Amino acid sequence: MNNFKWPDPPSVDKYSVCVHCGLCLQACPTYLETGNEAQSPRGRVDLIKAVSEGRMAINESFIDPVFRCLDCRACETACPSGVQVGTLIEEARGQIRQAEPLTGFKGMVSSVFLKGIFPNPGRLKALGTLTRLYQKSGMRKLVRGTGAMRLLPRHLQDMERVMPEVSARTSREVLPPLVPAIGEKRGSVGLILGCVMDVLYADINLATARVLARNGFDVMVPQAQTCCGALQVHAGERPTAKLMARQNIDAFLEAGVDYIIINAAGCGATLKEYEDLMQSDQEYAHKAGQFVAKVRDIAEFLVEVGYEAPKGRVDVKVTYHDACHLAHAQKVRTQPRQLLHSIPGVELIEMRDSDVCCGSAGIYNLTHPDMAEPILDKKMANVPPEAEILVMGNPGCMMQMSVGVHRKAMDQEVVHTISLMDRAYEAEKRSGA
Amino acid sequence: MNQEQLVAELKNIVGLKEVIHKPDDLIAYECDGFTIVRARPRAVVFPNNTDHVAAVVKLLHNNRIPFIPRGAGTGLSGGATPINGEVLISLVKMNRLLSVDFKNRTAVVEPGHVNLKLTNAIAHEGYYYAPDPSSGMSCTIGGNVGENAGGPHCLKYGVTSNHVLGVEMVLPDGEIVTLGGTVPDMPGYDVTGLIVGSEGTMGIVTKIFVRILKKPQGVKTIVALYDSVDDASQTVSAIIAEGIIPGALEMMDRVAIEGVEAGNYPVGYPKDLAAVLIIELDGLTVGMEAMAEQIVDICTQFHVREVRVAQTDQERTLWWANRKTAFGAMGRISPDYMVQDGVIPRSRLPEVLQRISDISVESGLRIANVFHAGDGNLHPLILFNAANPGETELAVRVGSEVLQVCADVGGSITGEHGVGIEKQRDMIKIFTPEEIAAQVEVMRVFNPHNLCNPDKLFPKPSRCVEVKRAAHTH
Repeated sequence: MNNFKWPDPPSVDKYSVCVHCGLCLQACPTYLETGNEAQSPRGRVDLIKAVSEGRMAINESFIDPVFRCLDCRACETACPSGVQVGTLIEEARGQIRQAEPLTGFKGMVSSVFLKGIFPNPGRLKALGTLTRLYQKSGMRKLVRGTGAMRLLPRHLQDMERVMPEVSARTSREVLPPLVPAIGEKRGSVGLILGCVMDVLYADINLATARVLARNGFDVMVPQAQTCCGALQVHAGERPTAKLMARQNIDAFLEAGVDYIIINAAGCGATLKEYEDLMQSDQEYAHKAGQFVAKVRDIAEFLVEVGYEAPKGRVDVKVTYHDACHLAHAQKVRTQPRQLLHSIPGVELIEMRDSDVCCGSAGIYNLTHPDMAEPILDKKMANVPPEAEILVMGNPGCMMQMSVGVHRKAMDQEVVHTISLMDRAYEAEKRSGA
Repeated sequence: MNQEQLVAELKNIVGLKEVIHKPDDLIAYECDGFTIVRARPRAVVFPNNTDHVAAVVKLLHNNRIPFIPRGAGTGLSGGATPINGEVLISLVKMNRLLSVDFKNRTAVVEPGHVNLKLTNAIAHEGYYYAPDPSSGMSCTIGGNVGENAGGPHCLKYGVTSNHVLGVEMVLPDGEIVTLGGTVPDMPGYDVTGLIVGSEGTMGIVTKIFVRILKKPQGVKTIVALYDSVDDASQTVSAIIAEGIIPGALEMMDRVAIEGVEAGNYPVGYPKDLAAVLIIELDGLTVGMEAMAEQIVDICTQFHVREVRVAQTDQERTLWWANRKTAFGAMGRISPDYMVQDGVIPRSRLPEVLQRISDISVESGLRIANVFHAGDGNLHPLILFNAANPGETELAVRVGSEVLQVCADVGGSITGEHGVGIEKQRDMIKIFTPEEIAAQVEVMRVFNPHNLCNPDKLFPKPSRCVEVKRAAHTH
């Protein structure tokens, strides 16, 4: 009867919470774009229920809505009953991937990236090195000059253009196993380096470590840690994600830190939901709970434990974009704004619909460019023209918004919240304040 | 005309991507907010303008294929459920705000325009659209017209029909007509008034001329917590008796409070509370303070446990978010629920609540009560589990019994949700067969072939001889 035949299926306890009221509709970017009920949160939950009750097979009419979901979870904020749409979608994707494993080119890409490269920091670094080689060796110039880029789809071209310069060394290589607290020690934290952050945005990890140390925390960097598994969970590759979760749980619990700090919204949400992921793992379900209790987003953490407001000035007008997995999944909205307000010279101009998805959604902009593009266009139209910097707390959004800035020929800088804090602390040091 | 030809013709009119027709792609369109009855439509079509609607309707009319207009599908009585395999004409893409005339306080919207978006679009000039159904963040104004939607503030400001000046409409044969207009008081019959609340049985509204209002100068929101439902009900009557008409006067009972507190917007109400009243004053700021004090006094006379005036906008917003998401929040405490929509004379509130409580005990099904208390508009939410054999049928029966109580005290079986398929049989509780037959006659003037949302609103002909007779005399 139930057409979900594999472990971890969407459960009746989760989908029966939905009473089909429809208050989620206007929060859903894909419903707003298509007007199609099947591409709405309650529609997707309805289809999950239909498959679960055997009224529907796992076929294209099911797979497309489930994979077209951005997993942005804005519907969870709108939902009166608190239906866990994100988890239901992720579990449904897990079922789909087992019912219909990816084959051909897609299967190759999926197994190379999701199973081969991301869970393996060494290989990830090798990819980073290749990218850096490409950027620095003159090959990029050559490729751009010859117009070879035009062979690629437009969204990949744009992404190539806005890809940050890969620094020579990953944050994993630069950071020592312990960055000692400055001044009186208040506790110890473990820093999650992530995958994209580690390679493409190493400087954000370094800034995070500096800010934490500046506020009295020993920053430990367990070497055995790996990528959090968010991309795998979102893609339905749950077995790989579970292996990664085990590795991270061991690495950080052994380190004996008071808190585990993450600066990427998507990763933060996944880390905080390790209990859901590991629920059927007898050995790790309990450990996952201990791990989750320590996880904090960097902005959430600073506000929770208290931080010393920077005395250095950064004179700039900024606007803040609420990354979906910060605002909707982790309910972290006020803390990043509080950090920004505490920087002397920073003027925060709110953008309309700041918590509506930018279309990045992990690798969604690569898998569903037709949908990601109009969603990004709407986002960029809401950026207040006077803002000089777009601030946010997630690397995926940073890439996507950079594509947006590039496409619209705007000139805003795209910056992580913690980097701006770091700038202010650095300014403080320079001024000797 | 077979399915293939139909789909081809529809695509021809609205465009290739604007028709959904594969059986499994239609599952999400089997019901609206009323989930007890499900049926799959023949197809869903997304017109982009009035001409599209007219062309689609003409095609369907000529081939005698039934059809239903559908907005956001937040309806609660199954008005948009395609029980005859109808083609659903989804109006969600006709969602534009066509014009606003601040000086004359009118606006023109397409039917798919979301209720709350109209207020958001005109708020910068200090205006708003008054009808505020609790689903306002999602429901469409076209749907509101279909169901004559109300909301917490209709106590003072009236329901949708009081705010619609006219409509452009496609008749069930594809002809486009305009009824009423942007000025009030057109001569002749109030046909616009007839269309509002007709549940899509007379045609498809494609443009709506609405009234907009200047925002009140001040707002004061008061929350009062009670240990007895009776005291809360007495307070409601006493406030109205004093001649005070609050902007809104809402009530929730113990089970409802349990639901909203488990939901996404908990206020932190004490667990052992019997009832909550939300009383909102709006209007001129002069004298509002005194009126708030007067209300606090009345609450105190009826043994209120605690009464508070909102100190911040944040507090007020939370109280309302908590109340407005009450239906949806029932998912937290029950797998299924059925919302009823009875209306009673306010003075009979305590007695009716007692009888509802008796029905709950007898049936063994929990009933949560959320009401627009000021209007006497009750929403008993009957909680059940469809997975238990026979429980759905029991819930339906309980709903009907509750409506019988409302009818017995001189009330009505629906205040704002419509009849749809949910309450067709309950119509005989308040109308004689002759009265129903007369209404069917009126419907037939517009919809002679019974193609536009057929078999809704009135008792099925097979169940009511008189209606059957009326239906076949044409």
